[in-house]
Amino acid sequence: MAVPGWWALPGMALLLVVHYVAVGAGGVFAFTDWRGLGSFNFVGLTNFVTAFQSPTVITALWNTLFLAVSFVVLTNLFGLLLALALNRQLKARYVLRTLLFIPAVLSPLAVSYVWKVIFQYDGPLNDLVATVFGANAVQLWLGDPNWAVWAVLTVMVWTNTGIVMVIYLAGLAGVPQEIEEAAAVDGASVWARFFFVVMPQLRPTIVIATTLMLIRGLRVFDEVIALTGGGPYGASKTLSTQVWRQTFVAGRFGYGSAIALVLTLLIVMVAVPQNILTRGRSQGRVN
Amino acid sequence: MYRYRWTTAVREGLILVVAFAILVPFYLLVNVAIKSTDEALDTSPATPAHSLSLQGFAEALAGGGLLNGMLNSLIITAGSIAALVAIGSLTAYALATTDSRWGELGYLAALIGIILPFQLGLLPTYIAMRNLHLIGTHIGMIILYTGMFMPFTVFLYAGFARGLPREYEEAAWVDGASRFQTFTRVVFPLLAPATGTVAIMNGLAIWNDFFNSLIFLSGSKIPTLTIAIYAFAGGEVSRWNVIFSGLIVAILPMLIFYLFAQRQFIQGFAGGIKS
Repeated sequence: MAVPGWWALPGMALLLVVHYVAVGAGGVFAFTDWRGLGSFNFVGLTNFVTAFQSPTVITALWNTLFLAVSFVVLTNLFGLLLALALNRQLKARYVLRTLLFIPAVLSPLAVSYVWKVIFQYDGPLNDLVATVFGANAVQLWLGDPNWAVWAVLTVMVWTNTGIVMVIYLAGLAGVPQEIEEAAAVDGASVWARFFFVVMPQLRPTIVIATTLMLIRGLRVFDEVIALTGGGPYGASKTLSTQVWRQTFVAGRFGYGSAIALVLTLLIVMVAVPQNILTRGRSQGRVN
Repeated sequence: MYRYRWTTAVREGLILVVAFAILVPFYLLVNVAIKSTDEALDTSPATPAHSLSLQGFAEALAGGGLLNGMLNSLIITAGSIAALVAIGSLTAYALATTDSRWGELGYLAALIGIILPFQLGLLPTYIAMRNLHLIGTHIGMIILYTGMFMPFTVFLYAGFARGLPREYEEAAWVDGASRFQTFTRVVFPLLAPATGTVAIMNGLAIWNDFFNSLIFLSGSKIPTLTIAIYAFAGGEVSRWNVIFSGLIVAILPMLIFYLFAQRQFIQGFAGGIKS
């Protein structure tokens, strides 16, 4: 007995309207000069030309790429190290896993405000820096155009490393212990076992963890708004904050949509290969 | 070979140190929140509070903004989860079991919907909702989130529904239950593990969402918790004990929920399919 197919219609209609009709319409707006009131004209690639000639958008693009790539590298490095350290034997592994995952479930906005105080000129980070490196080493972390992006990156990594750790723990749980033991019996060192036995088995996990973080990184918004608001002097703007500012603050609907389209293409370029690479694979489960 | 040896003890000690370092912000959060405003101004955030003061909490809660935001977030999150579970399970089940080739196509549409970022669809959605007078309403946000998270929900449910044995529903069907009764009484309970994941993953994303709340609800009469945090912490710069008290109030509901359901949270993320 099959369920009538039309049962899927209400859900599919909502899905298609929000994810296809709306996104498609946004793509059309990107080629117009609409400001939200009255009629609009199609202006070809004008919005994109304006965007790529605007120092603000170029800064936002570079910041987004810098943040996304550094974020992927650091979260995967720390997440894999934590997962390897927590994998097997340890008495405190379940407690530590639960604790280290906490930052990932809290509102990134709220967490960023905690860090905002830590980064204040008279805040705890400078107390630590002054103690270790001397009073001259303190920095205006959020107010210095050179440091602001690093502050945003720090909070992004702190918040998301737990997620990557959990993904790698699941991946490691899928590596058969017997193969590793066999390699050890044959005299393989810890490093050899890691690079030649564990790593090849982890490949699908690495693909999933890196693309997931790359997409999250490209969309970074909350941390920037809370920590710096895009400043100082626009030094920490990202594409997402620009989409929001141009479209919903400045009311430049066509221009904002063009920036959103650039961001969308970046994300699709990352997400599509990942989906093709990992099709049909299933992750191990943690217990 | 995987015995607990002295090297294991060293590794355990090392990671405990690292874990404590990672969790230092939580110490600062609590330590500063329980100081009085004077003490918070006079002492370093790392210096332990010498007495417990509730001044920060009293001032953070005084305006009622955070609690109001929490209530709005609760209504919107609960409503969205209910709609996603009801509509999503039905949709996915129909897609997964239909003999028509539309089932495959619908599933593919959901899969692509997960990948397509929503930023580009925001403005058209905003205009449509404005014309329907849904901006600044609970029901508007519930419809928005239900649409936004439908692809992920259908994907999770459909994957699970495909693995279900068909004998139970056939038995119910033979016993004279209607198709809808078969679904609600036999199939839906069998989908319970997927329902748990759907509720937790979507609930977390909706509860913590700031970007969409900011666009659809800033300046409205029903700010969500993240909008309330933005208004509260963005406006207060000097009294750290008040800010931290407010942030503790803001993160406490999710923290408590997580500590009770941590296994489900971690398993949901371990699949690594959330976008």
